Amino acid sequence: MPSGRHFAFADRLRTSSGAELTPILIFAALALLPAAAALAGQGHLISLFMRVMIFAIAALGLDLIVGYGALVSFGHAAFVGLGAYAVGILAAHGINDGFLALAAALLVTTLFAIATGIVSLRTEGVYFIMITLAFGQMAYFTASSLAPYGGDDGLTIHVRNTALGFDLLRHDQALYYVVLASLVGSYLLCRALVASRFGRVFRGARENRIRVETMGFDVFRFQLVAYAISGALGGLSGFLLANATNFVSPAYMSWHRSGELIIMVLLGGMGRLHGAIIGAAAFLLLEQWLSDLTEHWKMIFGPFLVLVVVFARGGLIGLAGELSRKLRRG
Amino acid sequence: MSITLLIVQVLNGLQLGLLLFLIAAGLTLVFGVMNFINLAHGVQYMLGAYLAVMFYPGTGNFLAALALALAASLALGLVLEFAVLRHLYDRDHLDQVIATFGIILFLNQGVKFIWGAAPLSLPIPEMFSGSLALMPGLLYPVWRLVIIAAGLATAAALYGVVAYTRVGMLVRAGASNAGMVSALGVDIRRLFMIVFGFGTMLAGFAGIMIAPILSVEPGMGDTILILAFVVIVIGGIGSIRGAFLAALLIGLVDTLGRSFAVDILRLVMAPSPARTVGPAIASMLIYLLMALVLYVRPAGLFPVKGR
Repeated sequence: MPSGRHFAFADRLRTSSGAELTPILIFAALALLPAAAALAGQGHLISLFMRVMIFAIAALGLDLIVGYGALVSFGHAAFVGLGAYAVGILAAHGINDGFLALAAALLVTTLFAIATGIVSLRTEGVYFIMITLAFGQMAYFTASSLAPYGGDDGLTIHVRNTALGFDLLRHDQALYYVVLASLVGSYLLCRALVASRFGRVFRGARENRIRVETMGFDVFRFQLVAYAISGALGGLSGFLLANATNFVSPAYMSWHRSGELIIMVLLGGMGRLHGAIIGAAAFLLLEQWLSDLTEHWKMIFGPFLVLVVVFARGGLIGLAGELSRKLRRG
Repeated sequence: MSITLLIVQVLNGLQLGLLLFLIAAGLTLVFGVMNFINLAHGVQYMLGAYLAVMFYPGTGNFLAALALALAASLALGLVLEFAVLRHLYDRDHLDQVIATFGIILFLNQGVKFIWGAAPLSLPIPEMFSGSLALMPGLLYPVWRLVIIAAGLATAAALYGVVAYTRVGMLVRAGASNAGMVSALGVDIRRLFMIVFGFGTMLAGFAGIMIAPILSVEPGMGDTILILAFVVIVIGGIGSIRGAFLAALLIGLVDTLGRSFAVDILRLVMAPSPARTVGPAIASMLIYLLMALVLYVRPAGLFPVKGR
């Protein structure tokens, strides 16, 4: 079983006062960003940060099960892809209503999570990692062989979703705030879940499953519900991604994407929710910056990941906490 | 669906299965003995193929290129173990996943940096080129038969080593309880290094053998890695026997599924939807099989870990 190292560290940090302030600052900054970008004439920042927030939603969902339940899902990109395909396939049949597409995305991902969760959650540790990976690949190859919906080449979505017939999302600004609202909503939902009785049982099972089961809780059911919620958040992220890019493709589900989502969670700091947001921002901004520098940016990014794992336990938030403690000590 | 086609596809399935076994054997041992999840195992397979392509023009001889590429694979594996992986043995699986993912990113891109993104190829050795008539009207490429033979020979040799030698005994003991083996005075780090080096060499060997019939390109190890994971999960992590049987099973199911799914579906539905649904079902088949096996036996067919 994975050790409790990261988790214990995260619990200690959560009690410090900074943990309350940071998410508020993050959301305030994100809310002001479009105005600042417009003033500075850097319009492309809006789409970049829209992407950051969209992936942050999926990373939040992943953090819910990885950080609080030690369920390392290595197939999470499948949920994002399924959510995106729900939009794409409906659009291909001429259905552009956003509420319908969102409902379809959430429904499909929840059902997929339950169906795969029933099998995956019977296993634990490494087996769980591999099974979720395999289910992710299954979704990937299925999407690749969907010839009527573009197969390998993917599917272009010609118009963004509408809301009850109104073309509300046509401008990037509007979509940006919809994405931000979704992110804040997802964050608050996860926070409430973690703090609730449900969350306490779920977290308890991470520390000592047998003890929680002896107390009379059916751990499997708690994990399945958490896994389904996590998957649905991936679906929400995919719904927004399809609208932001006007395009869906099997590449959204590749296992590299799943790996990137885990990296986001780990990079920011696991088991802290806003860590997933920081991690998504750090990952995507770093990717953007490095790929501007050289086409071979992965040769820098790969070793960087190894260094983060070996030296920066607890991610960026952990690193910041360590630094501030050192400074205070003088 | 003629009988000739069926035989050809069964042979293709066996060939894929044995190739998968070469990769899965190293993966399952590294995993079973060291409890280490090594995503970078797939890039070792890719490196084997690239090394063979690199050494071939200089030597002009496949066997010489094979020997050099095997030695280089082993050396690269040991460098990797020494530089990065040994710092991660006592970390949790999440850390291992991320770090080896970083290694994949680096090596996939590194291969592109050195050899370019375009696919390369390796000629089939002169004496094994062409086809053999197995039956009247049934021609089969000789090189694929060579791969099958090499895979079977490796499997037999590996079985001999694991079942009858001292190192093999330690490996089996390590897979069931590494802590106890260490407590009995065995240098477990050295055992890890031997197992790891040997595993990477097997993956490299698979890459070298497949290079003449597949295009050698960056990322070629990624797909096969996932298949190898499916194999070791079905077989039971740490079990060579399980890996062997599961590899053959996956190779056959995948190959036969892909060639006959549409035909079989046409028995129960109209031709046009069958052509659409067939490939989708065929590509899901092995994952469904894995789900089924794990639903019945969560630790695979031949669980090793004694708890």
